Amino acid sequence: MGYPHQSHPRETPVLSKHFGDPEAKTLEGWKARGGYKALAQALHSTPTAIQDVVKASGLRGRGGAGFPTGLKWSFMKLDDGKPHYLCCNADESEPGTFKDREIMRWTPHALIEGVAIGAYAIGAETAYIYIRGEFTEPIRVMEAALAEARAAGVIGKNAMGSGKNIDVWVHTGAGAYICGEETALMNSIEGKRGNPRIKPPFPAVAGLFGQPTTINNVETLAAVPHILNNGAEWYKAMSLSSPKSTGSKLFSVCGNVARPGNYEVVMGFPFKEFLYDLCGGPLPGRRFKALIPGGSSVPVITIEEAEAVLMDYEGFIAQGTMLGSGGVIIFDDAQSMPRQLARLARFYAHESCAQCTQCREGTAWMTKILERIVAGQGTFEDLDTIFDLAESMTGKTICVLSDSCAAPVTSGIKKFRGEFEALITGRRTATVAVGG
Amino acid sequence: MSHGPSAPSQGGGHAAHDHGPYVPVFTPGSARASELAELIRRYPEKRAALLPALWMVQQDRGWISEAAMQEVGEQLGCTAAYVKGVVTFYTMYHQHPVGQHFIQVCTTSPCLCAGADKVVEAFLEHTGCKELGLTSPDGRYTVIEVECLGACGFATPVQINEDYVEHVTPEKVPAILAGLKD
Repeated sequence: MGYPHQSHPRETPVLSKHFGDPEAKTLEGWKARGGYKALAQALHSTPTAIQDVVKASGLRGRGGAGFPTGLKWSFMKLDDGKPHYLCCNADESEPGTFKDREIMRWTPHALIEGVAIGAYAIGAETAYIYIRGEFTEPIRVMEAALAEARAAGVIGKNAMGSGKNIDVWVHTGAGAYICGEETALMNSIEGKRGNPRIKPPFPAVAGLFGQPTTINNVETLAAVPHILNNGAEWYKAMSLSSPKSTGSKLFSVCGNVARPGNYEVVMGFPFKEFLYDLCGGPLPGRRFKALIPGGSSVPVITIEEAEAVLMDYEGFIAQGTMLGSGGVIIFDDAQSMPRQLARLARFYAHESCAQCTQCREGTAWMTKILERIVAGQGTFEDLDTIFDLAESMTGKTICVLSDSCAAPVTSGIKKFRGEFEALITGRRTATVAVGG
Repeated sequence: MSHGPSAPSQGGGHAAHDHGPYVPVFTPGSARASELAELIRRYPEKRAALLPALWMVQQDRGWISEAAMQEVGEQLGCTAAYVKGVVTFYTMYHQHPVGQHFIQVCTTSPCLCAGADKVVEAFLEHTGCKELGLTSPDGRYTVIEVECLGACGFATPVQINEDYVEHVTPEKVPAILAGLKD
């Protein structure tokens, strides 16, 4: 991962190659490492030609949804006479995920270059990087790098002497998980409450300020310069499994594990080897029990299921979960699953924007019931009620926040029902042996 | 995404921020006024500068009062009620004065695995803030729980004013507090 320790030999450091290298933060240092060649080349190419390379590379959105990036860009109608916008989603708030923070802290120019290329490829002259308000250090680093790039004429009016205009600005959030949802993010930039919008219209038709807009994650955009420099075939070749999943991916690893941190591997890497070789396995004397592999919003899987996973979009689905953002949260045998899931439910209840009844009420009820079970006051009917609630919370709201609460909770109960039943029948309080 | 601070308890003193008359931030000719004018130019609509304008107020005044909402609304062509609607949506805007050192401990699941609940207890004990969201009697500290700070691999992260402190354990808390500059 490069920071705070050396990359593991089995990693493929593309995005993380310069993590921990302070010289890579400056414009001069970035250029010395091959930076801004891709942008210079792109500005003398056409938007559709860039879209085609990205399409051919197989790059898919790294924020969680996994939508093909080149295809998303091609939804923007070029030459429609309207102003277009690119929003870079740097609202990284998904529990377990901390990769975009490292990209911005260590390689701000990689992101600026990706944003500028992306903006050009969709016919936008203005791009906003929406960074969550808590990320004060990444904000400072990005602002400094943008000022340097602007002063050197890399971005701004007549970017790199190409005659094209690409303005890039940081827009700072103010504390709201939901602003990582793309339509809420646009509302937040517009100076509104961060409530998600009903789709359609989709952002490519009517997005930011009512104009055609594309929203891409930090990691997605940071990969684009590498694709332009090395070619679509090079990117596609970084896959050990499904041809539908290509390239390298940063996985953030946290929870009960020997070496937490960010690891960059190629798609299709065996998850078992990843967990035990790269991440160092469990803490001394413990064993892994369960994990949530794609940020907290995806279903929980047991360690046995995890060990069978090949790390790509299809591989996680095959084991009943999702790759999501690549935020891997690991629970060992000392953790109480009811207690952990109750805490997760509380997160979603706190972050619900409260527009939709199913979400506002559902996340709050789910939290209350789970906390009651953890306190030793639960009943078997409570478990049934949770499943009923989960059904009302799935697929019935404007955005997927309530689905994201239901998924880890219901999967966790199905897979670790014994722990819940023990609390209910024994009326014992869930406790944790170590670390909490 | 903090569980915002609650209103100061009655009689609780506030050394850091008192309730004096509001002093406007964007007075004509001031550096903040030109900063705001520059910001507005980045967007096709004036109102888009609302979040950044509120940040400037909070940096300068420590919190966002009703009078501040009025001022920001006037600057950007929206009503104070509209501004309040936005302020109340986002958890990082303080609607009450807070301690000089605003301490946010991440306790979401990955940090809970690492024992973040014990870190919270240690901060409450060593700051003299008896409860989450209350400010210590000397006005120096406010401690709250915060939802995922996005630094899960460096558990437990604690945000103190603008800065992250990572790998915090209960044992480290006294030294961290001693190192804070007034």
